[in-house]
Amino acid sequence: MAIAIIVPLLTFLYDGREPRLFGFPRFYWLQLAFIGLGVACTAIVYRMTRRKP
Amino acid sequence: MTEINWTELVIFSALFLIVAALGFVASRWRRPASMHHLDEWGLGGRSFGGWVTWFLIGGDLYTAYTFVAVPALLFATGGNGFFAVPYTVITYPIAFLALIRLWSVSHRHGFVTPADFVRARFGSPTLALLVAITGIVATMPYIALQLIGIEAVLKAIGLTGDSFFARHLPLIIAFGILAAYTYQSGLRAPALIAFVKDALIYIVIITAVLYVPHQLGGWETIFDAADGKFTAAKKGGLLLADGSQLQYITLAIGSALALFLYPHSVTGVLASKNRDIIKRNMAALPAYSLLLGLIALLGFMAIAAKQHGVAPLVIDGKPDNNTIVPVLFDRMFPSWFAGIAFATIGIGALVPAAIMSIAAANLFTRNIYVEYLAKEATHAEQARVSKLASLVVKLGALLVIVLIDPQFSIDLQLIGGVLILQTLPSVALGLFTRWFHRTGLIAGWIAGLSAGLAMLYTIPNPATHHDHFGGSAFALSKLGLPWNVPIYAGFVAVAVNLLVSVIGTLIARGAKVPEGVDATAGSDYFADEGDPKQVR
Repeated sequence: MAIAIIVPLLTFLYDGREPRLFGFPRFYWLQLAFIGLGVACTAIVYRMTRRKP
Repeated sequence: MTEINWTELVIFSALFLIVAALGFVASRWRRPASMHHLDEWGLGGRSFGGWVTWFLIGGDLYTAYTFVAVPALLFATGGNGFFAVPYTVITYPIAFLALIRLWSVSHRHGFVTPADFVRARFGSPTLALLVAITGIVATMPYIALQLIGIEAVLKAIGLTGDSFFARHLPLIIAFGILAAYTYQSGLRAPALIAFVKDALIYIVIITAVLYVPHQLGGWETIFDAADGKFTAAKKGGLLLADGSQLQYITLAIGSALALFLYPHSVTGVLASKNRDIIKRNMAALPAYSLLLGLIALLGFMAIAAKQHGVAPLVIDGKPDNNTIVPVLFDRMFPSWFAGIAFATIGIGALVPAAIMSIAAANLFTRNIYVEYLAKEATHAEQARVSKLASLVVKLGALLVIVLIDPQFSIDLQLIGGVLILQTLPSVALGLFTRWFHRTGLIAGWIAGLSAGLAMLYTIPNPATHHDHFGGSAFALSKLGLPWNVPIYAGFVAVAVNLLVSVIGTLIARGAKVPEGVDATAGSDYFADEGDPKQVR
């Protein structure tokens, strides 16, 4: 869970232009990719803590 | 005055009316035995399942103003406006941890508002009153901003009007309809409408991000055009401006924390049926963030579409950046699709406005009316007071927009974010620890609030020639600190708040000031649906 909170705040990871992906500078595509990271982390925690049926 | 585009207007009005009809029908949806209970009117019977919650919270947090203002920010300043993306990514893991506890304790004790929780946790009606007032004051301008979203669309359709009356009439009608069905159906109305709203938003935005770049020659061209504009203007840029990294991340953190302290988010969460639904939603809601990221990029598309005549509309001699997205739709899409897109933004304003007014009304009823005016109020009476309060709240927001400069509500919204953050120690930390003393928390609230307002007051806005409340980026050097970089003012304010809360707690405890009774127990924070110990 901490990963999902901290990684998107590390500006040095994404504050740049190259490499481009489909014409998107890194600043944009990498931050959009972090959404996927957030979903993955939260989903794992949800699965681990789900109430037993 | 620009020409009215009739195709757009007709489609906009038709969709708007369909949604209004849905709002009235909603009172029959999952009809309870009686609507005369605050749980029914104000929380939809606390019975919403996974899908409804997803649409409701999604429709609640990603507002019309977001769709209008975030691209406008990218249009004007570039990369710094993209903070909305990390902000809405980190908010869910944080909320995941805090809100399931809030849901459980509220489920067992029948809390309707965050202030209800604070009252029981710290045994302090005063602290609860402060939390409630903060919530109401912070929510009001937020509702007003939804109106700005609708207004931006109406301007793009061409309904600018010559007289004062003609200009505001469409807005007043739209809001009258909203007020009527919220009064009638309570939280069920925005929940049902959210389905339509979100379906439309996904259609419009996916179409926009596929169709518009195709028209403009691809993403590469769009980013290059944006880059060119910022370089030429020597203002803004594709990446973060030098030294603004700290501002960027503190703004993201501050906004993420503020988002789930807003009463309307809490209302959406408490309306869900059980803990699993909330957890699942916190994992699934970031789908909207992806949408938001794409919407933000509409601001760059607008830059690249300059040769198609896309520029902010000039209203009263000032270019209004908020009209940039509606204008982009107007120029790039055929009229019929632009009409659908406009209706989407318009309906997008109605859902959050309804939830926010319900949340503010609940705060008034539970923490002011029942607490101080009518202690013995029955459930039916509470529901009635809340319904009336929701009308008053909306009327207030409308008056603010019509009578006062809209810029004023944007300023207020900025202040609102800083205000609501000051409830963090009592509400969010209170969910995890009872260590704080109520006196310390009250002192922290006062200190944080004063510090926040004082900082915001010193920030000028050169673009609008305002000397005060011009932004949220506070220069650390003003505090005599050696780093000459800006930081989000709310972040500093909440740090002050925490510090004073800690010191205040230690002093109060040392002086043996009574602690107040904690009406909650440790196991309350894990209670789930079907809980046997429910206190209702």
